Amino acid sequence: MSTPTATPTKTVAELEAHADEQVVFQRPETLTSANFSYCPGCTHGVVNRLMAEAIDELDIKGRTIGVVPVGCSVTAYDFFDLDMAQAAHGRASAVATGIKRANPDSIVFAYQGDGDLASIGTAETVHAATRGENITVIFINNAIYGMTGGQMAPTSLPGQVTQTSPYGRDTKTMGFPIRVCEMLATLDGPALVQRVSVDSPKNIRQAKAAIKKAFSYQMDGVGYSIIEVISSCPTNWGLSPVAALDWLRENMLPYYPLGVFKDAGAAPAEAETEASHE
Amino acid sequence: MSRIIVDDSYCKGCGLCVTVCPRDVMELDQETLTSKGYHPARLTDQSRCTGCALCAQICPDVAITVFKESKGEVKADAE
Ligand SMILES: Cc1ncc(C[n+]2csc(CCOP(=O)(O)OP(=O)(O)O)c2C)c(N)n1
Ligand code: SF4
Ligand code: SF4
Ligand code: SF4
Ligand SMILES: [Mg+2]
Repeated sequence: MSTPTATPTKTVAELEAHADEQVVFQRPETLTSANFSYCPGCTHGVVNRLMAEAIDELDIKGRTIGVVPVGCSVTAYDFFDLDMAQAAHGRASAVATGIKRANPDSIVFAYQGDGDLASIGTAETVHAATRGENITVIFINNAIYGMTGGQMAPTSLPGQVTQTSPYGRDTKTMGFPIRVCEMLATLDGPALVQRVSVDSPKNIRQAKAAIKKAFSYQMDGVGYSIIEVISSCPTNWGLSPVAALDWLRENMLPYYPLGVFKDAGAAPAEAETEASHE
Repeated sequence: MSRIIVDDSYCKGCGLCVTVCPRDVMELDQETLTSKGYHPARLTDQSRCTGCALCAQICPDVAITVFKESKGEVKADAE
């Protein structure tokens, strides 16, 4: 009495569904059952889920390797049912480069915060991009060092109060925020440079499409992708999760416009119109 | 009827789902404390839930499962 191997096993949610019901949303397979260690309302969790959904849908779970750095995503090796590597602070893109070059058939992502990617790891980030490494970088821009208690990040906004800019970021002494996508889009190496946000269901859908596209570019050998995700840090912004998303919309989105800054796979006319959308 | 289930072992009571529900049928249950010490989200009126899954899309802790009444073709991704 052998069951045909092609019969897909039912998920817990599918087993719970009544006869006249269909499961339209459930935890993706690529997530383990672990609780995220992120604070309540932190959008790191939304992005982790979107990545897991993209990996499920592209059917690359068996050959995907993740690299997580230092930052609040430091324990993300527990959240993804994947082979994961832990990089020293800022070095995730360099570690991802090594893994990808040694295992060219695997799909490799680096998941990095703004302190990690745009401060201590700026050199590794820029050089992986300009080399056009065939990796996928997911960049969480929450305008702060979350894990260490809310110090100013290179991406903190002018005037933003943080633990290390208690009177607000003064651009005269502390300089200006780095717009990572705009900067990397000047390089010839990257294939896809896009900024998305996860503050609303509509933007979450667009973020998912961008993340999926980045992984599929790697599968097709198109090259280096970076998806910057405008995210919240309710805890260190000192706001409730709901108020944090309002603050993100009012303050971050005007400074960090969403859009596609470079897309090697798009028709030339399409890439132009998307980049000029502001 | 469509419905959702909130898994209290994941829910951290952030309230984001409450703000996006177009039918206004989510609330934080002030009478319940989860084992982690949060007031979890719950569905207040199942008869009004459309299964649109917007609550699940924004849930940062992937605590929500959405079931939609199958009436012929059902779209997998809510618009
Ligand atoms: C070499 C080194 N320098 C500094 C630190 C301290 N440190 C830990 S996390 C972090 C910044 C994290 O911020 P970000 O990358 O923005 O991630 P988030 O927590 O905001 O997601 C710093 C400076 C460290 N762990 N190692
Ligand atoms: S400190 Fe900020 S970024 Fe880190 S988990 Fe908490 S809310 Fe998220
Ligand atoms: S599925 Fe839609 S209608 Fe039902 S509770 Fe969630 S957001 Fe509200
Ligand atoms: S969004 Fe998720 S974690 Fe937040 S209250 Fe709703 S069910 Fe709970
Ligand atoms: Mg950060």
